This record gives sequence, structure tokens and C-alpha cells, in this order.
Amino acid sequence: MGVEIRVEGLTKAFGRQVIWQDVSLTIPAGEISVLLGPSGTGKSVFLKTLVGLLKPDRGHIWIGDRDLPNLPEAQLYETRKLFGVLFQDGALFGSMNIFDNIAFPLREHTKKSESEVKRIVLEKMDLVGLIGAEHKLPGEISGGMKKRAGLARALVLDPEILLVDEPDSGLDPVRTAFLNQVFIDLNAQIGATFLIVTHDINTARTVPDNIGLLYQRHLAMFGPREMLLSSEEPVVRQFLNASKIGPIGMSEEKDESELEAEAKMGLDSGMLPPIPPQQMPSNGLVRRGMHAPGAWCAAHGVTPPPGSFIDELGRNWIEEWPRYVASMSAGAGAAAPGGYPPGGGHYPGDMPPGQPGAGARY
Amino acid sequence: MSTPGIGADQRGRRRKGGGSSGTLRKVGDGAANVVIREPGRFFALVLDTFRAMFKLPFQWREFIQQSWFIVSVTVVPTMLVAIPFGGILSLQVGGLIRQLGAQSYTGATAVVAIVREASPLVTSLLVAGAAGSAMCADIGSRKIREEIDAMEVLGINPLHRLVVPRMLACAFVALFLNGLVSVVGLVGGYVFNVMLQDGTPGAYLASFNAIAQLPDLLQAEFKAFVFGITAGLVAAYKGLNAKGGPKGVGDAVNQTVVITFMLLFLENFIISALYFQFVPSKGM
Repeated sequence: MGVEIRVEGLTKAFGRQVIWQDVSLTIPAGEISVLLGPSGTGKSVFLKTLVGLLKPDRGHIWIGDRDLPNLPEAQLYETRKLFGVLFQDGALFGSMNIFDNIAFPLREHTKKSESEVKRIVLEKMDLVGLIGAEHKLPGEISGGMKKRAGLARALVLDPEILLVDEPDSGLDPVRTAFLNQVFIDLNAQIGATFLIVTHDINTARTVPDNIGLLYQRHLAMFGPREMLLSSEEPVVRQFLNASKIGPIGMSEEKDESELEAEAKMGLDSGMLPPIPPQQMPSNGLVRRGMHAPGAWCAAHGVTPPPGSFIDELGRNWIEEWPRYVASMSAGAGAAAPGGYPPGGGHYPGDMPPGQPGAGARY
Repeated sequence: MSTPGIGADQRGRRRKGGGSSGTLRKVGDGAANVVIREPGRFFALVLDTFRAMFKLPFQWREFIQQSWFIVSVTVVPTMLVAIPFGGILSLQVGGLIRQLGAQSYTGATAVVAIVREASPLVTSLLVAGAAGSAMCADIGSRKIREEIDAMEVLGINPLHRLVVPRMLACAFVALFLNGLVSVVGLVGGYVFNVMLQDGTPGAYLASFNAIAQLPDLLQAEFKAFVFGITAGLVAAYKGLNAKGGPKGVGDAVNQTVVITFMLLFLENFIISALYFQFVPSKGM
């Protein structure tokens, strides 16, 4: 499961305004990647280009052996069936209730019987914790519920690629954390390739396997989470630490005098904050795309900042990792060991792990 | 090629203005946009829509729902516009006819005026003002809620699913609206002529088909059909290109009404001109 997305030299402009140019990256199959960037750097445009809603001016998007921007219309619609997309506000059809919204792709693209459709839809609704809201109209539910309904609809055809546009917009931090847990559990369960576009630094630091940063019409960096979190590159460093210190200014790039003044004030301690441990599935599954904590740093001779990979309970995940994996493979399919509420403590300990969608009850 | 309105608009939209050459370039851009790009994109949408029209399965459910919706927003206003329209024609033409001493032809002139010209005109007003604007608002709000994008991502062509049934429903209902305006207008004309202008019912009714002929009605129905298609396409084009939140939808609706009016009046003129060229008037 999961398909690799290979982007080569992608350029997009609206009229004379270049949104981004020469973006090349490979989103590995089955892994979770996050795309970051200051407001207005065209992250959503990038997402829409990936599904072929917008046509790039130059470049290729390879999904397997198909180059998306150059596909004829019929094949484009066919290829889109590989994608599930969660839009910012869920993009539910206002005239249909939640059930019909989620059932829509099944009714359109499959010849499944109505009872089969009902079974699948209820299963997906359970997965995102929406049982009981079947007959509500999109106008009658909250923003968080809309997002989850949109997610259920995106999942109903078992996509190979899931694109998510700002899952945290308009959600409180607690709901955002829960939704992130849902993404991780889902990834473990269906193994699809995930690309999440977000502003949320906490999401970016703890959820993905890979991080990309769009800045000033270019892809500043794309790579494994540990690579970016330990990077000394000023833009990457400033953004991933949500800091005012660095080259990114309020509206544009800071000029040299501002940067000099900043340097003189000696605000920069020169220390990177510790790399947090990655959030882990709560459903007792092991994600295929997951890497051992510290593996990238060790392989590239990078010393992670002090205090890295230590969770809120004080456990060092570099040491815990082999035991965790062993216990997971021993009890595969059964409940995860109670002693390992994984992740950085982003969901309540009283939630029984090993239950699909356990993180979705909010 | 100077269009001051557009230049000002562009200046307002972009915060960073260049020098005078920048302004000039923007004016040029705006003019090119209005003269070439917009009509080009509209034409592309028209072609795509006609291609999507022959794709199966046809969306009957949507077609019927939309037809009913259009009927519900147009029927009452149509009748309310048609009654005074018939009345005013009677008043104006009736007076003239009396001066010319041809009272026995009041009915004939009313039929010609209403069936040939007035009813397509009233239909066009209602189709553009009520049906087109409602349709554009619907599609535009779907666009800004990203429903259209979601639909495309789910592998469904919104032109086939939304635009084709709406366009055909609009044309279908326009045919009946035209008939409705003709009937209501004639009844209104009769009432005004007989009751207010002391015309005789016999004169009004007897000369009914003295000048009017069947092709008059057919060309009116043809016009109504074309108006419906045009209104549907313009509404779809503007709705699908709405951007910038609720205000964007408002702007799109506004533009839809204005553009549709202009196109319908132009079409009305062209069809009438062709009709008079090709269909000989009835000899008396």
C-alpha cells in the first residue's frame, strides 16, 4: 500500500506572480510527510497541483509511471481515485447529510449494494468518531466534525495517497492533537502515503517522518524529520522553532541591517531545542514508514541537541525503541503494552490503546 | 485600449504599485483580460459543457430538481411582470391604433407585439435576473466552500454533474416561461383594452390571427431556449470562477446578471433580425 509521489522541477505562476519554482522532492511511499511554510507561500496551491486541480507551468508529478499534469482528462479522473483529499473545511456537499456525503464516492464509483455501502460508511464514521451524526447536515455540525466527516469521505475508497490541507485551521490545540493521532493510527492501518500541509509547529515536530519547508518561492529543504529538526539552516531553524529570530520577517524577508541588529543583541543562544520523540500509533500497529529514533542523526554523524528523544515521562526513546518494537511484534494485533503510551504524551493515558480510532473520541 | 475602470480596479487590488509604466502595463493586462482571456475561457467552458452533455448517464434527478427550483423562483415574478407589460402595450399601441383608425386590429397588434417581442424580452429578464443569479449563487458558494474541488478530486466532472443539468433545466423552464408570458400578457392586454380603453371584445379576439402566424411563436420559443442555455452557461462560468470568499460570490452574481442581460438582448436582436430576413410576413 502507499504510492510514491515524485515531483520534478515544478513551477507555478499566476500571471506574473511566481508562486514557487523548481520544486523537486520525492514523497516516500507509506510515510507521513508534512509541508510547512509561512502564510502565502503557496502550500495549498502545491496540494491542489498534486491532485491536478491546478496545472503547473513546468515540471512533472510522477504517480507511479503516470505524469499527472500531462494526463488526458479521462486518465486524470482515473488517477485521482488513488487520492483522498481532506480540504480545509472538509468541503462537504451542503445539500447532503453526513452519511450521504461519505457514501457519495462509493455510490459513484462502485457497484456495491446499499447494505454494503452502509457497512463501509459506518465503519469509516466509527474510525473518525462520528457515529450518531449520520443524519445531520454539514451546516449543523462543528468545524472539527466537518473535518472528520471530510476525512471519512476521503478514506472511503481506500486511497493510496492522502493529502490533508491544514488540519489544524480553526481547531483548538487539544482537538488538533487528537486529529494528529487519528492520522498516525490511520497511516499504521492503511499504509497510505500522507502529505499534510500545516502551520502548526507542534504537528510538524512530532507527527511526520519527513518535513518540507517552502520559503520564498522555493523548497528550502525536504528530508527526514530529524534532518530538519537538527538543521542549522537559518530559515528552517527559525520556522521549526516558531522564533522571531532569523531571516523571516513579518511580511517579507528581513533586510541585513535588521539581521545585524538582531545579532548584536545576542538574542540567539545558538542552541537548538531538543528533538521530541515521534508520536506513535495508539492502535497497537507498527507503521511501515516509521524510523528508529535517532537513526538519521547516527547515520549522518549529527549529534542531536541535548535532551532529544526524551518523552514527558523521562524515557529515552533511543533506548526504549528496540523494546517497544519487540513488544509490538510479539503482541501484534493484540493490545499494545500498557507501559508504552507512545508519543510525546499528546493524548490521555486513560485511553485504552489497541482500539482502532481510540484517539478519535472528541 | 484604455479602460480606466479596470485600471483603477487593478490598482486597488494590488498593494504594490509600480511607476507609470507599471500602471500602464496593468491597464493593458486588464484590457487583454476583458477582450481576450475572459471570452476565451468562457468559450472553453461552453465547449467542455457541450462535450459533457453527451456523457452518460444523464443526471435526471438533478435536472428535475433544478427545473423545479427555477420554476419556483421565476413563475410568480414572471406573471407579475407580464400583466403590466401586456397592459402597457395595450395602452400604447391601442392609442396609436385608434388614432390611425384601425381599431379592428387591436387584437392583432397585441398578439404580434406580445408573442413576437415582449414575451421573449420578459423571459430574458426573468431568466437572467432570477434563474441565472440563483444558479450562479449556488455554484459560486459551492466553489468557495471547495465543494467543486472536492467533487473533482472524487473523480466526478462538475460540468457533467452540476452544469449540464442546470443549463438544460434553465432552457426547459424558459420555454414554458415564454408561453406563460404570452398567455398572461394577452389576458392582461385584453383586460386593459376592453375595460379601460373601451375596446370591443369582438374586435380584440376576431383579429387575433390576422397578422400573427405560427412561426412567430416558434421563433419566440427558440429565443427562450437560447436564452435559457446562455443564462445557464454564464451563471456556471461566473460561479465556477468565483473567488475571495462571500464577497466573491456576490460579485460573481452581480456580473452574471449584467453579462447575461447584455448577451440576451444581443441574441434577441440577432435572432429577430434573422427571423425577419428569412420568414416572410403574413400578407393581409
